[in-house]
Amino acid sequence: MIIDLPSTTASAVNHALIDIRERGGAVAVGRVLNLVIVTDDSAQVEQSIEAANEASMEHPCRVLVVARGLKRAGTRLDAQIRVGGDAGASEVLVLRLYGPLADHGDSVVVPLLLADCPVVTWWPGVSPAAPAIDPLGQLAQRRITDAAAAAQPIKALESRRTAYTPGDTDLAWSRLTPWRALLAAALDLPPYEDVDAVTVTGAADNPSTDLLAGWLRARLEVPVRRRTSPPGGGIHAAVLERRSGPVELVRPDGKVGTLRQPGQPDRQVPLRRRPVRECLAEELRRLDPDEIYYAALQAMTEVEGRRTGATKGSRSADARRGP
Amino acid sequence: MNMAMKVARRINPLVDPRDKRLPRIAGPCGVVIFGVTGDLSRKKLMPAIYDLANRGLLPPGFALVGFARRDWADENFTELVHGAVREHARTPFREDVWRQLSEGIRFVPGSFEDDAAFDELAEVVAQLDQERGTGGNHAFYLAIPPAMFPVVLKQLARTGLAEQTADQWRRVVIEKPFGHDLRSAQELNEIVNDVFPEESVYRIDHYLGKETVQNILALRFANQLYEPIWNSHYVDHVQITMAEDIGVAGRAGYYDGIGAARDVIQNHLIQLLALTAMEEPLSFSPESLRGEKIKVLSATEPVGPFDETTARGQYLGGWQGGTKVPGVFEEGGLRPGSTTETFAAITLEVDNRRWAGVPFFLRTGKRLGRRVTEIAVIFKRAPHLPFEATMTEELGQNALVIRIQPDEGVTIRFGSKVPGTTMEVRGVTMDFRYGSAFTESSPEAYERLLLDVLRGEPSLFPVNAEVELSWEILDPVLEYWTKHGKPEPYPAGTWGPQSADRMIAQAGRSWRRP
Repeated sequence: MIIDLPSTTASAVNHALIDIRERGGAVAVGRVLNLVIVTDDSAQVEQSIEAANEASMEHPCRVLVVARGLKRAGTRLDAQIRVGGDAGASEVLVLRLYGPLADHGDSVVVPLLLADCPVVTWWPGVSPAAPAIDPLGQLAQRRITDAAAAAQPIKALESRRTAYTPGDTDLAWSRLTPWRALLAAALDLPPYEDVDAVTVTGAADNPSTDLLAGWLRARLEVPVRRRTSPPGGGIHAAVLERRSGPVELVRPDGKVGTLRQPGQPDRQVPLRRRPVRECLAEELRRLDPDEIYYAALQAMTEVEGRRTGATKGSRSADARRGP
Repeated sequence: MNMAMKVARRINPLVDPRDKRLPRIAGPCGVVIFGVTGDLSRKKLMPAIYDLANRGLLPPGFALVGFARRDWADENFTELVHGAVREHARTPFREDVWRQLSEGIRFVPGSFEDDAAFDELAEVVAQLDQERGTGGNHAFYLAIPPAMFPVVLKQLARTGLAEQTADQWRRVVIEKPFGHDLRSAQELNEIVNDVFPEESVYRIDHYLGKETVQNILALRFANQLYEPIWNSHYVDHVQITMAEDIGVAGRAGYYDGIGAARDVIQNHLIQLLALTAMEEPLSFSPESLRGEKIKVLSATEPVGPFDETTARGQYLGGWQGGTKVPGVFEEGGLRPGSTTETFAAITLEVDNRRWAGVPFFLRTGKRLGRRVTEIAVIFKRAPHLPFEATMTEELGQNALVIRIQPDEGVTIRFGSKVPGTTMEVRGVTMDFRYGSAFTESSPEAYERLLLDVLRGEPSLFPVNAEVELSWEILDPVLEYWTKHGKPEPYPAGTWGPQSADRMIAQAGRSWRRP
């Protein structure tokens, strides 16, 4: 069910929600969190809602989409309520803000949050330089950004590092989880030797590659080098050097990885790029500060061969698609 | 701080307990399934294996070996698995995942008595260690009737397949029934433990893999709200129900002679009782958890006299949910004259300070009103009501209901004023559900349990002692039933025979309609 409330106020939206609940039976039961999505009023609105709806299968939530429209227009709030089949396992409130109101999304969001439930703010596109200071970020205990969606992903990742506040996280980090899991599993096996050095290879503007290098540096405390592979492939390879030979995880085609270890047959492993909904569902699974992410961000500065400046060109299609 | 971290056995520098998003992938290993053509294998095991692969939780190079008396090549078996996965897997089918998985699928044809076939199996397993890098780690899943366990186990021992070393594990997975009484359970345990040490034996009780069942522990021990009233001061009684709407026709051969009590109460319901009644474990380590379960099971006893405190029945034909269904004898579920029960209800008590005087009513049956499994903790009425009797006529007892399937969730029942000018208090329910769609993303019990087998996490598997203790609880009732009376018929689609209502009524209570 979709209900449009043009030119409205937050309290009218609240009224409408209670009304729907009374007429349709208990629609809003068992929500476990509030998810605030901050976007421009563009195609991104629907894409983000779709991802949130799919993630809501795992985390029933109230989704509040703050879509910022033209600032030159007159002050106006257009709201839309979606419940039932149009909203996955969640209820979606799309709040389109125009004019001066566009900068005061928090004033509309605050009265519409579910009581007591944690708040997560997600910027699927361009995110503020310091998410924790942003008014919509301040509402949340967890702030999700996406460096890969920035015009200059590596630079965006740099600013995540300098502006880090506990509760921050980035989808470039969740895209990395399968790689991290496989590398961790590889070290669970004999021979139990120390890792002496690490090389991580990936596309120049791929922020996940940098984070992987940072994570390995933070955990292993050995020299880590970052190398560049041709654009378009995300993360290409991670090689952990050990006395008896290297542990190599290589993914040339962006789909299937090969794990090589001395004395073992090559093992193939599906390692496709993760869609946003999967990363989002993972992000919503935990709401406490991610210390491991923080350590990986900090350790990026100790990675050799890493470029922190702007990369050429505008938003790269490769970065957008993740590791 | 700048010293290189040491990679030592069990200390993996890439793993950190704070890193909660990092999934723990099983180490290199393979699974050998005996009884590949059965329902269990096709509907549960194979789909669970694929779903695990799809979620990236199986090790690279995982191997799956089928063993059966079929004139098949690897391809035929692969086809069978493919079909099972396409039809029953929970997660979407992905070609790349399937391709990696299917490369590790092998089939060995032969009967369980055939030495040559098991020699071949040993060879195939050794080859997989070479080709796929399974590292000598293998789990043997016995999806076969227990009567065949001895011969298969003997073969595994003879061919050296059951032998473990410091660097490679061998585990055996068995399904219920774990015997049909205490003696047979002990015999079975001996046979299994002869070949595999107890810590390598994984007994599957798929109820324990369900999210809501694990949630019982969270509900009880992570909240301040319930534990203070979780005792005989406040709890009047507990009802544990597992009702099925299907008949026994599909499992006719197996079910006759077993019956509802052995099939469901001995394992699922007594396990649920243990989780509901046990004391708080020191930690969630397997030892502490089992320790508490064993303690509470040791204190649990059936309440007599059994002709008053137990009930059993067999379903007749009738109308159920808008369909006309045959009775258990008409559909060939039982041999004519069989006294195997399709409905069983018993009364238990837990003899410790917390539960003294609180009856636990357990019931299960086929072809009942609807399919539901739940634990209902019914509280005593408030000791004093400052209302006049007319105001609280409609007020029932407070209840906390943990719904396990379907529609997982928790319900609390309490009194509330009916809107209006008169003071009238009536029972209402407050319902928490994980959302109907939630189950789509929450893993199947078999996924969780299979992964735990491969990772060597024994918490969710009942041990020897638990199995034997549950038989000790149930055996007196079963003995009484063989000697006295026979099951009372009940129409399909109802909540069991009248003796079940009489049984609980003589205790001064009544069944909740689930």
